[in-house]
Amino acid sequence: MTMNLGPHAAFIVTAYAAAIAIVAGLVAWIAFDRRHLSRMLDTFEAQGISRRSERANEGKL
Amino acid sequence: MTLIDLANPSRFSALTDRVLPWLSSATLLAFAFGVSQAYLAPDDYQQGATVKIMFIHVPAAWLGIFAWVLMSAAALGTLVWRHPLADLAAKAAAPIGAAFTLMCLVTGSLWGRPMWGTYWVWDARLTSVLVLFLMYLGVIALWRTIEDPTRAARAAAVLTLVGAINIPIIKFSVDWWNTLHQPASVLRLGGSTIHPTILVPLIVMLVAFTLLFLTLHLAAMRNEIMRRRVRTMMMMRADARAGP
Repeated sequence: MTMNLGPHAAFIVTAYAAAIAIVAGLVAWIAFDRRHLSRMLDTFEAQGISRRSERANEGKL
Repeated sequence: MTLIDLANPSRFSALTDRVLPWLSSATLLAFAFGVSQAYLAPDDYQQGATVKIMFIHVPAAWLGIFAWVLMSAAALGTLVWRHPLADLAAKAAAPIGAAFTLMCLVTGSLWGRPMWGTYWVWDARLTSVLVLFLMYLGVIALWRTIEDPTRAARAAAVLTLVGAINIPIIKFSVDWWNTLHQPASVLRLGGSTIHPTILVPLIVMLVAFTLLFLTLHLAAMRNEIMRRRVRTMMMMRADARAGP
């Protein structure tokens, strides 16, 4: 099934492409940021650095 | 879990981990339904198929404004109640709001060129939305400029509340001034002027975009909580290296 977008098809397609690109950029930025922060936290934990609250929880176990 | 428990960032993170998969799935389902409805919607009798740009332009505009309103509420939370998650919510919302405002400006320009004969005109609606976008960039820059998160949060909160003056200006600009942009046609006294065959897909897309915003915002807030932990650990490491 094809869609006839009329004489202004280029504008419609470009608008949807821009919207998809912006949303994809946001999703990618949040995902990469999370991965980067997780790696940093893992590095600190490997170095034996932990927050007071985490040390307190370890003490309870 | 009570509401007050959510003020604890660790508990909030744990709740976010549980909620995000469901919210993401709901967003995908809403978009699948919304895009199919937009695809099947008839052309407008005047604008033809270009009316399909409305299904992304209007939700983007709504979220650009909604994000600033949310940031304003969070700014009150920071300045008045000093809620521990308020500044995280505001900081996480700023780039997302900026992105949706940019989407609104880009799709609006691409809709304006075939309908108005120009990509841009300095009328009150377009200019006030551009000002909103610039204010988002200002808040993001402020967060990045001030290193201490508490001071940055307070400065950003003040700027956000000052910028909130622009929100009613955006909404009522088409009533207060003579603009090329059309007057309100969805939210207006006397009901919507849009035919149901186009209004229903638009509402579905509004719901889908709002779910997308909530998903992205929760994920970004979780990242901000992690960023605070990273900062705390960096300071602890620096203290340990500096010695007693």
